[in-house]
Amino acid sequence: MSDPKTLLSIDNVSKSFGSVLAVDRVCLDIRENEFFALLGPSGCGKTTLLRVLAGFEAPSGGRLLLDGKDIASIPPNRRPVNLMFQSYALFPHMTVRANISYGLEMEKLPAAEIRRRVDEMIATTQLSELADRKPEQLSGGQKQRVALARALVKKPRVLLLDEPLGALDKKLRGAMQLELKRLQDEVGITFIIVTHDQEEALVMADRMAVLKDGGLLQCDTPHEIYEHPADRFVADFIGVMNFCPGRAAIDGVVSAGGTLVKGSPPSGMANGKAAIAAVRPERVLLFPAEDIVNRTSGKVVALAYHGLDLQLHIQTPLSEKPFLVRVTADAADRRPIGVGDAVEIGWSAVDTRIFED
Amino acid sequence: MAERTHAGRRPLWLVLALVYGFLYIPIAVLVALSFNEGGLPTVWSGFSLKWYGSLAANKEILSAALNTLIVALVSTAIATLLGTLLALGIEMRRRHGRALEALIFAPMIIPDIVLAIALLSFFSMLNVTMGLHTIVLAHVVFNLAFVCSVVRARLKSFDWSIVEASSDLGASAITTFRRVTLPVLLPAVIAGALLAFTLSVDEFIIAYFTAGAGRASTTLPMQIYSMIRFGITPEINALATIVMAVSIAALTLSQRLNRTVAP
Repeated sequence: MSDPKTLLSIDNVSKSFGSVLAVDRVCLDIRENEFFALLGPSGCGKTTLLRVLAGFEAPSGGRLLLDGKDIASIPPNRRPVNLMFQSYALFPHMTVRANISYGLEMEKLPAAEIRRRVDEMIATTQLSELADRKPEQLSGGQKQRVALARALVKKPRVLLLDEPLGALDKKLRGAMQLELKRLQDEVGITFIIVTHDQEEALVMADRMAVLKDGGLLQCDTPHEIYEHPADRFVADFIGVMNFCPGRAAIDGVVSAGGTLVKGSPPSGMANGKAAIAAVRPERVLLFPAEDIVNRTSGKVVALAYHGLDLQLHIQTPLSEKPFLVRVTADAADRRPIGVGDAVEIGWSAVDTRIFED
Repeated sequence: MAERTHAGRRPLWLVLALVYGFLYIPIAVLVALSFNEGGLPTVWSGFSLKWYGSLAANKEILSAALNTLIVALVSTAIATLLGTLLALGIEMRRRHGRALEALIFAPMIIPDIVLAIALLSFFSMLNVTMGLHTIVLAHVVFNLAFVCSVVRARLKSFDWSIVEASSDLGASAITTFRRVTLPVLLPAVIAGALLAFTLSVDEFIIAYFTAGAGRASTTLPMQIYSMIRFGITPEINALATIVMAVSIAALTLSQRLNRTVAP
């Protein structure tokens, strides 16, 4: 982001339904032209937060500042914020064109301008051939494009997207992720996307926030969150992680079996406290070189072939759950490994992450 | 093997034929007799439309038909408006809707005669002069329930997110209702209205009780009833055939509309 100006400030926002706290004092600053992802397991409050931003739910506490002005009391039909619904929510009795122009008609713009902007948006989203169809005549991917066009044509300050790719099959989803990113670049609008799919967030977002039980756990770039997760939950939720439970030491974690897993514990972690060492599968080396400090021997208990790589499940004394190790297809060809083989694995101390357990 | 199965099914076909015969032969006879040249129900003396002609010349029947039309149209209009709003209200506040829901279906379940007596007592208690307007009100009572149930059936599969989408795109609540909610529900609303119209056209008991004294507010079913006291004439057959044709047409249309709205 060339311009790190804050556009939308979510200031200590809470939302409760009866005694259930769905969003718990969340603070986030969303920047101009940013592709921002709200990520979390189902029930973490991400959709509720999105609905608060859209205006369908009034926050129980906190402020929502858009360009510095509090918008919490502005109803959804007068907020310069648009929502793309998870179900797409296209008007079934209107054509694609009528769906897209609806929002501009509500702004009472001159007919010629509506026409121009709708045509433009239809071209941008490649819907020209489908403009006169009804939603029921569209495929899932096409409906998704119409829903996007309908929201984008209003040129909102912020576009909210609720699980926009959830209903699409895996291949199409991959293509649409790139498509969304391209569109966001082209229109220059801030996107806030809600997803439970961490891979989707990693691929698309400039920055992302991880939520759990209504609270914010971490907000950063995908790279930072992947490499330096704030806690055990984030480490486990984003990507795949191998965990070795134990007790904190000055220079690592002493595993239950008494082995020291070297790494740097977070500052302030007391010695002897329950802690867990973690390492990403792609950082774990098979048959490590002599200078690799963390090493253990184990037995291959399962193999999973993924085409691009081979995933080995290796039982070690460090944890109850087998270690997951990724070997490239190339390396696997050079040194074939089978189930039951004894292997040695290891990783550098800099690749160890340590969390409270 | 296949033949034996077929033979084994023959008694079932017979039962089916008997049941359908029992249901439809009297109606078929009635329709046939309405086209019978001579007036006798036992002798077929040639095809004729003369009974339909004599119907058209009968002032009493025409005035009863007009009354029925007024009652049916006005009660349908009121019931459609209120029934649709009620259905929307119940579905939007589902949590508090349970008791409301049960209460609205009562007029569909309570025997007509009970409803008729209740309405009669109600109107006399209020000292209302009875006439067409009281029949209209009485018909609104049960038609409301039918319209409401048809519209609610549609609302069960209604995607409420389109209402939110409309609001999100800048529409006020009224605009959303006019441009999104109503057009999507319209086939069900019309289907409900047609059903209500049909029910009102041939309703007898409630109309009979709430029509008040005098012949001014006689409806078609009441007229037929009073004519029947002097024997069934081919004129009545003709009238019944017309009423039946109108009912079937309205019901068919109503069902077709209901089918087109199902997603």
